[in-house]
Amino acid sequence: MSELRRPSRGTWAVLAFPVGMLAVFFLVPFGIMLATSFYHRIEGGFYTPAFELDSWRRLLHGVFIERTLFSIGICLLAGAVCITLAFPFTYFLTRMRRRPHVTLLVLIMSALALSEVIVGFAWSVLLGRAAGISNILVWLGLMDEPAAYQPSFLAVLIGLCYIAFPYCVLTLYPQLTRLDPELTEAAQTMGASPWKTFWTVVVPIGRPIIVAGFLLAFVFTLGSYLIPAFLGRPEHWTLSVFISDQATFNANVPFAAAMALFLTVLSLGVVGLVTWIEGRTRG
Amino acid sequence: MNVVRRLLTAMVVVFLVAPLVVVAVVSINRNRYMDFPPEGFSLHWYAQLWNDVGWRDAITTSLLVAATSAALAVAIATPMAYVLCAYHIRLAPLLYSLGILPFMLPPVISALGALVFWNSVGHSGRVENIIVSHAIFFSTLPLITVSLAMEAMDPSLPEAAQTLGASPRTTFRTITLPLLVPSMISGYAAAFVLSLNEYIIAFMVSRFSVVTLPIKIVNDLRYGFTPTIAAVAVVFIAIATTTFALFARFGNLLRFLGADPAILERQR
Repeated sequence: MSELRRPSRGTWAVLAFPVGMLAVFFLVPFGIMLATSFYHRIEGGFYTPAFELDSWRRLLHGVFIERTLFSIGICLLAGAVCITLAFPFTYFLTRMRRRPHVTLLVLIMSALALSEVIVGFAWSVLLGRAAGISNILVWLGLMDEPAAYQPSFLAVLIGLCYIAFPYCVLTLYPQLTRLDPELTEAAQTMGASPWKTFWTVVVPIGRPIIVAGFLLAFVFTLGSYLIPAFLGRPEHWTLSVFISDQATFNANVPFAAAMALFLTVLSLGVVGLVTWIEGRTRG
Repeated sequence: MNVVRRLLTAMVVVFLVAPLVVVAVVSINRNRYMDFPPEGFSLHWYAQLWNDVGWRDAITTSLLVAATSAALAVAIATPMAYVLCAYHIRLAPLLYSLGILPFMLPPVISALGALVFWNSVGHSGRVENIIVSHAIFFSTLPLITVSLAMEAMDPSLPEAAQTLGASPRTTFRTITLPLLVPSMISGYAAAFVLSLNEYIIAFMVSRFSVVTLPIKIVNDLRYGFTPTIAAVAVVFIAIATTTFALFARFGNLLRFLGADPAILERQR
């Protein structure tokens, strides 16, 4: 669009429906959640309006801090693993011929669309004792007895990487397709090996998108609920599991609301950081 | 470098495909229990998906939720993307962020928000709650596809219509809207597939009284494994792959994912 028109009264009328929907079903629930975090909890799953700081005070307790640090730790680790593999992979992908390029993108999109339910289930089978990797190794004669590799920390990490990897590729993809091919060609004409070109040209140019992709993968894994719940023991649960567990099975909605708001602030902080990095590299 | 490239690509493909293969193998096992190597071949578990009332209800509920919530998501996103791209509105970046925000935040936040919202208006545990929550959460996808189409649109087309005397309304109906239809369809498809697969929002909003397919899978897994679960997983995988393969064939998948238009020229 070359010239933007001035909005008329009709324009605002058109905008009223979408903005109204988002306000009523996204912003209002947020407000109610904020209010609920101050409500008084009654044993047995109910809560009444009040102004108490109990739920917020619980955020300073050992269990919550421990869960937070664990969640941040495992999600940072998953983000780091994913970006380390996804950056070179995406770079190679953007330089492939059309056919493998599109095929791999369809694979990536399909993996991204897969329900966490199915990812969690598939990995629990693959890492399980009944029909998993160990059975293949036994069948090949490399192992004596099948073993179970889940639930464990490693299983949760693998699951998180599985859901975050396609997401990482998609955040890197638009920028890496814009990487001027003449830059790498110039480096190679001047005698740099493909390796050296990758490390001295592609990686330095890509540094801001590497950081942004890493942080977005971090927020994305922070949102995972079923992976830690399926593949981990309770000590491997992340904040998302803890929050929904408090809201549904422990029936402590005010505490869950306080934790959800904390998670919102944490995620928004990281997303804000990403926007800031992107703004700086563009300007 | 070439070796590294092949090795990495192969590793990624194996990593992404391996669990799916195992699930597919388990789903055609004749035995009721998981076995490896599988014993015998049977499509019995696929038939059960349709013959068992519990599974059939979950499938129809999920299809209903996905179809209607994706339609609502497109209805929310299209006017928003159109107005924000075509008009000069000072609040545009803020409103656009509002549209992107639900999807950016961890879904458990939207889930809990919806839970307390429906509780406080006294209308909890209904299927329409899941539809609305999914529509809000996934409206980001059509918002992105339609905004991209608006940016890519040749401005001389609506201008020509207006010069020839068409009113803004007629221009929108006869020129702009038809040009936006492909992006609306791709946004719909993406929202549909993701809604079909979504668990945590549906679970927390349903309050144990509505059962979608992912909820049914998790409930069943609590009581142990059945090959039917593997069969349903295979169906899911097939739906997702088919949708995106069609997308790549008929739509412009590369452009949707944000590829530089120049790259489309370079690699033939």
